[in-house]
Amino acid sequence: MPSLPDAATPDAAALAKQAAAHQSHDPHVADVDLQPALFDWLCRMGDNSLVLGHRLSEWCGHGPALEEDIALANTALDLIGQTQMWLALAGEVEDAGRTADDLAYLRDTSKFRNLKLVELPNDDLAVTLMRGFLFDAFHFELLKELAGSSSPRVAEIAAKALKEVSYHLERSSDLVVRLGDGTTESHERMQAALNRLWPYTGEMFKADGVDEAVAEAGIAPKLSDVLPVWQRTVDDVLSEATLAKPDRKFDAQTGGKQGRHTEHLGFLLAEMQFLQRAYPGASW
Amino acid sequence: MYAQMVKSEGMKSLEEMSPEERAFQERIDANEKIEPKEWMPEGYRKTLIRQIGQHAHSEIVGQLPEGNWVTRAPTLERKAILLAKVQDEAGHGLYLYSAAETLGVTRDELTEKLLSGDMKYSSIFNYPTLTWADMGAVGWLVDGAAIMNQVPLQRTSYGPYSRAMIRICKEESFHQRQGFAIMMKMANGTPEQKEMAQDALNRFWFPALMMFGPSDADSVHSAQSMAWKIKMNTNDELRQKFVDETVPQAEFLGLTVPDKTLAWNEEKGGYDFAEPDWNEFFEVIKGNGPCNEERLSARQKAWSEGAWFREGLTAYADKAASRRAAAQMAAE
Repeated sequence: MPSLPDAATPDAAALAKQAAAHQSHDPHVADVDLQPALFDWLCRMGDNSLVLGHRLSEWCGHGPALEEDIALANTALDLIGQTQMWLALAGEVEDAGRTADDLAYLRDTSKFRNLKLVELPNDDLAVTLMRGFLFDAFHFELLKELAGSSSPRVAEIAAKALKEVSYHLERSSDLVVRLGDGTTESHERMQAALNRLWPYTGEMFKADGVDEAVAEAGIAPKLSDVLPVWQRTVDDVLSEATLAKPDRKFDAQTGGKQGRHTEHLGFLLAEMQFLQRAYPGASW
Repeated sequence: MYAQMVKSEGMKSLEEMSPEERAFQERIDANEKIEPKEWMPEGYRKTLIRQIGQHAHSEIVGQLPEGNWVTRAPTLERKAILLAKVQDEAGHGLYLYSAAETLGVTRDELTEKLLSGDMKYSSIFNYPTLTWADMGAVGWLVDGAAIMNQVPLQRTSYGPYSRAMIRICKEESFHQRQGFAIMMKMANGTPEQKEMAQDALNRFWFPALMMFGPSDADSVHSAQSMAWKIKMNTNDELRQKFVDETVPQAEFLGLTVPDKTLAWNEEKGGYDFAEPDWNEFFEVIKGNGPCNEERLSARQKAWSEGAWFREGLTAYADKAASRRAAAQMAAE
């Protein structure tokens, strides 16, 4: 006694450092010209998974069936894991001594680079699941391309994340089909969710200077190349789900990637960052 | 211990038993496992349904006090660990409902009984989690107390329950370690963190002792459950064991157990300690605990607002089945 011997495992940071020593050499990481764009782009990757993972984690203990509760938590867990990898790499590229936790917990809204789509409140489960599907279809295609990135570090993270996200997409498209073609109520809820979210989907494909710079360096695909594949997946799934593609502009709501967010993100961060903000410098 | 005060059916001596009952008891005495389709006394079946059901409900309601901090976890790693842990609890609920289903009751029936208040869950989950240190205290003390009961239950006589318990114990001991790891960080952290850690111990110590239930040394129900090997130790034995293991851990953390009477008793080789306030316990069981209403209404809300989702999936499955049947007919 105390009989909890392995509670004192070596510090995770020390383990991470050891692992970092075995990282593949990646010329992009130290490329000064590319640095601002690459940092921003890595924050986009990390912030999308962080904010969506956080939203999904809000369901923990409140799901409509045990299996769904577990699946939502599992998906959130995958996304938080991916966040750790993307933001750690972002910190390395930035080279200012910020860790993944510093980036997650100590930036304010205007420094977050996630899509507006992922920060919208969960609302009912129909919105959560439809959002999951619309994002997963994009995320999957993007990661598939990133697995062949000219940056070995990006490719490694993408390859790991792809395994998880291919399952996310399988699950979310299956649920969209089942609920779209389920009861009248489930159909109506899924259609309403789709209509609500549709104007936020275009942001995923709207490239700016950051997207163009990483595409030019061969790190990431051109977003215009990802769009048609996403459209095909979405068309197929919606049609099987007996849901109608909304007759609204699909890129009316943008700006998240540049740090101009909805009103919702501030509240999400206030909750998520509470302890780090209230007790600066404490170790948890 | 996630099952408290489970009422058991009357106790018979070997002479009073029918030949079937006697053969059943002899199998249990010989440490044989009873499997779902085998004959069993109605009392054994009913008691097990109550006990496994209450345990399952505790896992499900038990998600809530910890889920309360998932969105406020202080680092990405802590968030991931806590999510994984709460997800494990849901998984435990799933194994246990499945074990209960082998006794002829459905998960939905048990859920309805939880939501209507006909079935209980552990009293401990009616206490609030107020600071991050509570995530440590819950893992360390609450999972620690649960393990005391669950480890011996791996040897319980009912096969599906025993197998569920073996899987659950593997995860629970990990949960307890993660709770203790949080307590170590807090107890060795800033003065505010240490204060949170001590405060969490102060609030959870007696509720954790209550988890074992009131003394049952003379209880007929307990004697029957022990004869059937669905209860392996008395409540007092388990409580003593818990105190004996936990006090040195608190000392290691540099925290003070909130019991001035706590003292090592050389003669019994264990600690003397104060009983929790059993009036408080009975009030909590009756529904007057600090969070009873929040916990139950959160579960009711999840269930009622999720109805369209469950109905949608069922409707699709029915449609898909008739489409398959129609396609088969057309092919023939």
